[in-house]
Amino acid sequence: MHIEVAGESTYCYTNSRNIDPAKPSIVFIHGSGMDHTVWTLASRHFARHGNNVVSVDLPGHGRSSGRPLASIEAMAAWIFEVLDTLELSQAALVGHSLGSLIALECAARHPERVRALALVGTTSPMPVSDAILDAAEADDHAAFDMLTQWGFSKRHQFGGNRNSGIWMIGNTLRLYERSKPGVLHHDMRACNEYTEGTAAAAKVTCPALLILGAEDRLTPVRSTRALQDAIPNAMVEVLPGAGHTIMVEAPNAMLDALHQVI
Amino acid sequence: MAAPDYPGLDTLALHAGAQPDPTTGARATPIYQSASFCFPDSDYAASLFNIERAGHVYSRLSNPTNAVLEERIAALEGGVGAIATASGQAALHLAIITLMGAGSHIVASAALYGGSHNLLAYTLPRFGIETTFVDPRDPQAFANAIQDNTRLIFGETLGNPSLDVLNIPAIADIAHTAGLPLMVDSTTTTPYLIKPFELGADIIQHSATKFLSGHGIVIGGLLVDGGKFDWDSSGKFPTLSEPYKGFHNLIFTEEFGPAALIQRARKEGLRDFGACMAPTSAFHILQGIETLSVRMKRHVENTRAITAFLLEQDQVVRVGYPELDGHPDQALAAELLPNGCGAVFSFDLEGGRNAGIAFVDALSVFSHLANIGDAKSLVIHPASTTHHRMDAEALAAGGIGEGTIRLSIGLEDPKDLIADLKQGLRAAAKAAGGAR
Repeated sequence: MHIEVAGESTYCYTNSRNIDPAKPSIVFIHGSGMDHTVWTLASRHFARHGNNVVSVDLPGHGRSSGRPLASIEAMAAWIFEVLDTLELSQAALVGHSLGSLIALECAARHPERVRALALVGTTSPMPVSDAILDAAEADDHAAFDMLTQWGFSKRHQFGGNRNSGIWMIGNTLRLYERSKPGVLHHDMRACNEYTEGTAAAAKVTCPALLILGAEDRLTPVRSTRALQDAIPNAMVEVLPGAGHTIMVEAPNAMLDALHQVI
Repeated sequence: MAAPDYPGLDTLALHAGAQPDPTTGARATPIYQSASFCFPDSDYAASLFNIERAGHVYSRLSNPTNAVLEERIAALEGGVGAIATASGQAALHLAIITLMGAGSHIVASAALYGGSHNLLAYTLPRFGIETTFVDPRDPQAFANAIQDNTRLIFGETLGNPSLDVLNIPAIADIAHTAGLPLMVDSTTTTPYLIKPFELGADIIQHSATKFLSGHGIVIGGLLVDGGKFDWDSSGKFPTLSEPYKGFHNLIFTEEFGPAALIQRARKEGLRDFGACMAPTSAFHILQGIETLSVRMKRHVENTRAITAFLLEQDQVVRVGYPELDGHPDQALAAELLPNGCGAVFSFDLEGGRNAGIAFVDALSVFSHLANIGDAKSLVIHPASTTHHRMDAEALAAGGIGEGTIRLSIGLEDPKDLIADLKQGLRAAAKAAGGAR
C-alpha cells in the first residue's frame, strides 16, 4: 500500500492486507540501495502467522517518492512517522545492514514502541571503505559490483540458491542498478557516519537478536563484539555459509532465527 | 580500489549454481530423481506452498538438479533467473503465455527455426495470439509492424537458414521505445559467442538440446530472464503488474522486483502447463555446459576450416556463413559475434535436388539426421527432408535451393570431415551429370 509520510508517497508492502490493530506488527527495513523485495519470503511468512507486516521502501527507494534521508537518526524518526501514520503504537523491527542501524536507533529512542529487535547483517560502527563511498558518490557501477561481490560469502559467488532458478548475484545486482542516482551514496554515507550505535544499544530494553553471516565480509562477525556486549541480553545467531546478504543466502535459517524474538 | 572481478565464463560454466552435496560430499551435481520432497512438519509445508521458504515441493515446479542448471544458465547469460523446460519449444511457449493472452500480438523475425514458426504462425492464432513476421535484417520493419496489442519482439541471434545476424542493439531500442521486451533465441550461439542481455535483449530462450548440452543425447529448453525490463512502467503486462487470482492476488513485480517474469512463469506456466525438464536431462545438460567454451571454440575452428574448403570447390556456388565475404551481415557479425558465428551453416551445390541427395547419401562421417549442435558432424538436405513439401519456388522464398545442404559442424578432426565432404562432392558431380 501507499501512504503519505512527511508529504511524500511511501510504499509499504503488507502482503496485500489491511493493517489490523488487533494484530502484532512487524516492520522490515531494507539495506542500502535495496527495497522491500529483499524481505518477500519473511514478510509473507509472518503475515500468514497472524502479524501485520510492513516492509517499507525508505524515501527515494523502490516505490517510495522523495529524497533519501541523510542520517540514521533521520531515518529512525521517519520510521516512527510511518508507525504513526499506520496508527501502530508498537512494532517489532527487523532491519538489514543500514536497516539494522535504523532499527537499533529506533529501539533506543522509543523503547516503549519497539517490542522486539532483529538486526540482520549488522555491526556498529559500520565503517564503509573509501573505495565504495567514492564509487557510489560518482554513481559508478563499480559500487554495485563491490557491494554485490563482497555482499555474498565466497562460496555463494557461484550461487547455490535454495530458492529455485534465481541467480542470487544477478538479482542483487539488478536491485542496485534500479536504485536512483545518488541514493546508494546517501545510504553508505549514513552508515559510515553513524557513531552512536553502541550508545543506542545500551538503551535497548526489548528482546534483541543479532543474525550474522559466518562468512560476512562487509560486517564481519568479529566486528560485532562491541554491539553484542552493549545490547542487554543480546541473542546471537551466526548462520554458517552465509555472507552479508543473509535474506538471500540463508532464507530458511534466518526465518527460523527470527522466531526467537518474533 | 577496483571492484573484484566476477568469475569468468569458463569458471561459471563449471561451478555456477552448484555446491558440493551437503549430505554426501558428492562433487558432481547429483540427479535428484524424485517426484516429491518431504516436509519436516505441516507449517514448513504451508510455508513452501506460500513462498515463504526456499525449497522443493514437487518436481514439476522445481527440482534440486534442475535448479543447478537454471542458476548456471542465468549466471552464464548474466540474468536474474531461469527455468528449465521439457524442450526449447516449451521455453518459447512458456515465455509467450506468461507475457500475454488472447488478443495479443507478436512481431517476429521471418527467419526462424521451423518449429518456432509453426507455433507462431499456425498454433498460437488458434488461441488468439497473432504474429507478424518481418525481415530480420531490417530493424525498421520490426518498428513498423508493432501494433497497440503487440506484447513481444522475437528473433534468433542467427536466423534460420541464412544466418541473418539479428541486430540486437537496434531492435532492442525499437522494442523498448514501444514499451516492449525483446526475446532472442540464442540456441546456435550460446553465451560463449554472444551475451544478448549485454546488447539489450530482455529474455533469452535456448534449446539446450543443441550446443549447450552438446552431445545430441537429450531434449531440453531454458528460459532466462534478464531482469532489466520495467514491466510496471510499460503498463502492458497485467500478468506481472496486477494481482494474480491464481496465487492469492500476488503482484509479481511488487514481490519479486527484477525477477517478476521468471517467478510468474514458474508459479503459473510451469505449474499449469507442466512442460518441466526431467532431472536426468538437467544432469546431462550440466555435463555439457561444463565444456561449453572448449567445445564452442573447436566447433567454430572446424567450421572455419570447412567453409574455407567449400569456398574452393567449383561445384559449390554459395557458402552462407556471416564471416565470409558476400554475406550481407558480415560487418554486423564482426561487431556482435567476434568469436564466431556458430557451427551451423548452409551451402548450395550445383546440380539441384539430385546432386543434393547424392551428396548426403555419400557421406559417412557426417550423420544424416534432423538436428544441430551435436559433437558429431551432421548433415541434411532440406529440399528432400525438412522442406520436402515445398516446390522450387516456395523453397527459394525461404532462402533454400534444391541443391542447398545444411551442415552442423562437430568436433572431429577437420581433415576427416574434409575427406568425407570430398566423397560427397564426387557423388554429387556424378549425379549432376558429369564427373569432375
